[in-house]
Amino acid sequence: MTTWKRLRVFVLVMLCVAAVRAGAQENTDCLACHSDKEATGTRQGASISIFVDEATFLGSAHKEMQCVGCHTDVAGKDFPHDEDLAPVDCGTCHGDEQELHARSLHGQAMAAGDPLAPHCKDCHGNHDILPAKDPRSTVSPLQIPFTCGKCHREGAPVANRGVVHQDHILENFSESIHGEGLLKKGLIVAPNCSSCHTPHSILPHTDPASSIARANIAALCTTCHAQIEVVHRKVIKGELWEKEAHVLPACIDCHQPHKIRKVFYTQGMADQDCLVCHEKAETRASSDGRSLLVVADELRESRHAKTACSQCHSEVNASHTRPCETITKKVDCTSCHEEVGQKYLASTHGQLVASNDPNGPTCKECHGGHFVKGKQDAQSPTFPTNVPGLCARCHREGEKAAVRYNGTQHQIVEHYAESIHGKGLLKSGLTVTATCTNCHTAHSVLPKSDPTSSVNPDNVPTTCGRCHHGIQEQFEQSIHHIKVGKTDKELPVCSDCHSAHTISRADEEGFKLDIMTKCGRCHEEIAETYFDTYHGKVSQLGYTKTAKCYDCHGAHDILPPDDPRSHLSHDNVVGTCQKCHEGATRRFAGYLSHATHHDPKKYPFLFWTFWGMTSLLVGTAAFGTVHTLLWLPRAFQMRRELKEEHARKQAAAKPPQGPDGSAA
Amino acid sequence: MDAPAHSPARHLPAASPAAEIVGVTEKQFLRFTRLYRTLHILMIVSFMSLALTGMTLKFSYTTWAVILSRLFGGFESAGYIHRFCAVLMIGLFTTHIGDLIRKRRHQYPSWGALLFGPDSMLFNKKDLEDLIGNIKWFLGKGPRPRHGRWTYWEKFDYFAVFWGIFVIGSTGMMLWFPELFTRVMPGWFLNVATIIHSDEALLAVGFIFTVHFFNTHLRPEKFPMDIVVFTGRMDLDEFKRDKPAEYEALVQSGELEAYLVDPYPPIVIRTIRAFAWTALAIGFSVVVWIIYAMLFAYR
Repeated sequence: MTTWKRLRVFVLVMLCVAAVRAGAQENTDCLACHSDKEATGTRQGASISIFVDEATFLGSAHKEMQCVGCHTDVAGKDFPHDEDLAPVDCGTCHGDEQELHARSLHGQAMAAGDPLAPHCKDCHGNHDILPAKDPRSTVSPLQIPFTCGKCHREGAPVANRGVVHQDHILENFSESIHGEGLLKKGLIVAPNCSSCHTPHSILPHTDPASSIARANIAALCTTCHAQIEVVHRKVIKGELWEKEAHVLPACIDCHQPHKIRKVFYTQGMADQDCLVCHEKAETRASSDGRSLLVVADELRESRHAKTACSQCHSEVNASHTRPCETITKKVDCTSCHEEVGQKYLASTHGQLVASNDPNGPTCKECHGGHFVKGKQDAQSPTFPTNVPGLCARCHREGEKAAVRYNGTQHQIVEHYAESIHGKGLLKSGLTVTATCTNCHTAHSVLPKSDPTSSVNPDNVPTTCGRCHHGIQEQFEQSIHHIKVGKTDKELPVCSDCHSAHTISRADEEGFKLDIMTKCGRCHEEIAETYFDTYHGKVSQLGYTKTAKCYDCHGAHDILPPDDPRSHLSHDNVVGTCQKCHEGATRRFAGYLSHATHHDPKKYPFLFWTFWGMTSLLVGTAAFGTVHTLLWLPRAFQMRRELKEEHARKQAAAKPPQGPDGSAA
Repeated sequence: MDAPAHSPARHLPAASPAAEIVGVTEKQFLRFTRLYRTLHILMIVSFMSLALTGMTLKFSYTTWAVILSRLFGGFESAGYIHRFCAVLMIGLFTTHIGDLIRKRRHQYPSWGALLFGPDSMLFNKKDLEDLIGNIKWFLGKGPRPRHGRWTYWEKFDYFAVFWGIFVIGSTGMMLWFPELFTRVMPGWFLNVATIIHSDEALLAVGFIFTVHFFNTHLRPEKFPMDIVVFTGRMDLDEFKRDKPAEYEALVQSGELEAYLVDPYPPIVIRTIRAFAWTALAIGFSVVVWIIYAMLFAYR
């Protein structure tokens, strides 16, 4: 109350006291007549009871007040006073409340002369008025639903008018979690009608000043649900709730008013209204003429069947004829899918979209629009067997993502289809096999060079280990793992030996033969010398039934020979040889499987044997060649002489036939 | 030449009655017995097979080796062929040693007579003289030496086989049974054995397919080939020209008649030539492949 109002009340009370002194109008004087239960009077021509129960009045909040304090037009008048007294003006004392009431829907209706418009006494009562804290009061928390319900319950005159766009308000409220708390559990802190609608400033939700206006909903609900932002973070980006309430769905979009439960409710507030236009095929966008048709059945079968239009297409304003005309932004899935949204925004895909790159894929491009399905649904583009095709739309050679790519991986779609993963998925129909998203992730897609990428070399073992866990455990113990191998050189990860998109079965010929060159990329010298020995030569001819790198060194559990756990450690090496050579002994294991005859320091015996043999070879060949070359002129000479001699003999044997001897 | 008794004629095939008819067919000198001819053919088969299968491994980094290995049915079956032929060659060698022992018993009074006689394969003083004389002749500084039954280059080839069988055979055995040999030898002996085995084989192949082919089969005066090693027969004129010392010794001792036989009919000759051409072609191919591998693909 302002000072001015206080002063007014004070003056009024003083006047009353003075009047009573002057006219001696005590309450007892009034009750002299009004305590008669049979007493009647007239108001606007109708006969009414004018009985006032003294006991009730003395129990009321106004028990200290004089009758004339409220019925001011009787003050100083002689008894019996005039009939048809003016209505009591509560605002004389309760000015603030009256002002709010006057601006409210109720007050406006009253001013308009609506006979159903509620006066103060319709809610608070008159002579029996009780403080709100008194449980018997009509405005005590437990009573409010019934007080409001007098007019707003189903079938009441106000409800029948249909001005309020809600039905079965009382029933719904009593079933809601709020109503249950209040009415069934007696929790007087549970919200009642006035907790949301306020006691006196009741305004429609379309009025920006209303407590239930869209922009104020979050603030309203958080008066009780103060920490809801913290616990709702997975669904809603909390801070946006108040900052950009028009973008986000309001509380009531999911938790419908009066029906609030711990679950989402089936029907959005205006789905049917939206479909009035969007069910028609001729509905087109004014900007580019694209069809805005929404196939309701598609929507109903989608993952978002229980999501209201306005939950995604926020910014709608129900007070407009076209509620959607206030929409300025595209659907932002991250409002609800906050966690994946954050990942997506950090990914290459999200960054492209954020930089307005036309090639950047939005949520919709992979997940679809109104027909969005979960990844468990075989019809969904994100169902495992559909994923390669989905990614291929942009990443197939020649498509928009592939043409921007500068790395080493090409024909990835074709290669994947031929790989063990691709065959498992596409030929064997195994949905548990690795698709694009299993390695690259669905939403955190990042280039290999990014340290947080799932395909960054440091993360590859973990990525593969999500399925090949046992292998990962072995690999993490091996010398090739960054935790074990202490070197400044780059250590190999799964993809260095198995490739990325052309992964083949490790028990197939191709892989077995390829592994030597894979190991040889780093172990150059040792691979070269391997090819100088029997094992390497057989491999080089294209046969796999011989010892290859991993047969002796192990594959994922590879360790240096000085490690006792190594397959080649002193204790294990004979056993390793015996895998193929049953009779192998320790001396047998002394075979130099990486020997070269080119290193006189490391292998002097081999070096000198080789050069001894080579000298013998060169010496013998040189002697033979020189001997032959020297012989050649004589041999040709002999050939000529023999021919001549042969001709002479022929001529001598057959003189009549002529010198050429053509008798034969 | 002061050659003593030549090997008696009774172990040589008797001259056929047709050959008696003078002038009908010109007699040929029988240089190699049927056993030697058979051994040489088997030697060709086993040596070529060993060379081809072995070279696939030695030159495994070349395309021809890969193709050849496929033709042999893979490295495993190539290995079986290699070992089978190795056993065959050791068999030939044993047969030859057995034949020498038999010869010693029936035709020579002592080992000394066999080993140091004029028909011995062992090198002697005359071989050195012949080598020097031959080089002089090459250079036009003297007459052609009068060779006997075995020239020095033939003896060289003969002992190359001895040496080769000993060296390649023993190392080959080590590689065949590595578990057995490493019961007594250190493992790295296998590495040494590999080098010796393959380089000695390279020497044998290189020498046989070039120098031996030239010396005995491809000399211009005998071109396109001398098939005496398959027929066992050579024209008397040629015999007189190439082995004058042996010829004169046989004439002196009057044993020449015993070595004169009829030539083979043309169909046999054609068959022999076809076989010889095949062997030559394979041999030259191997030489070309080896040179290619050494020059362009060596690692």
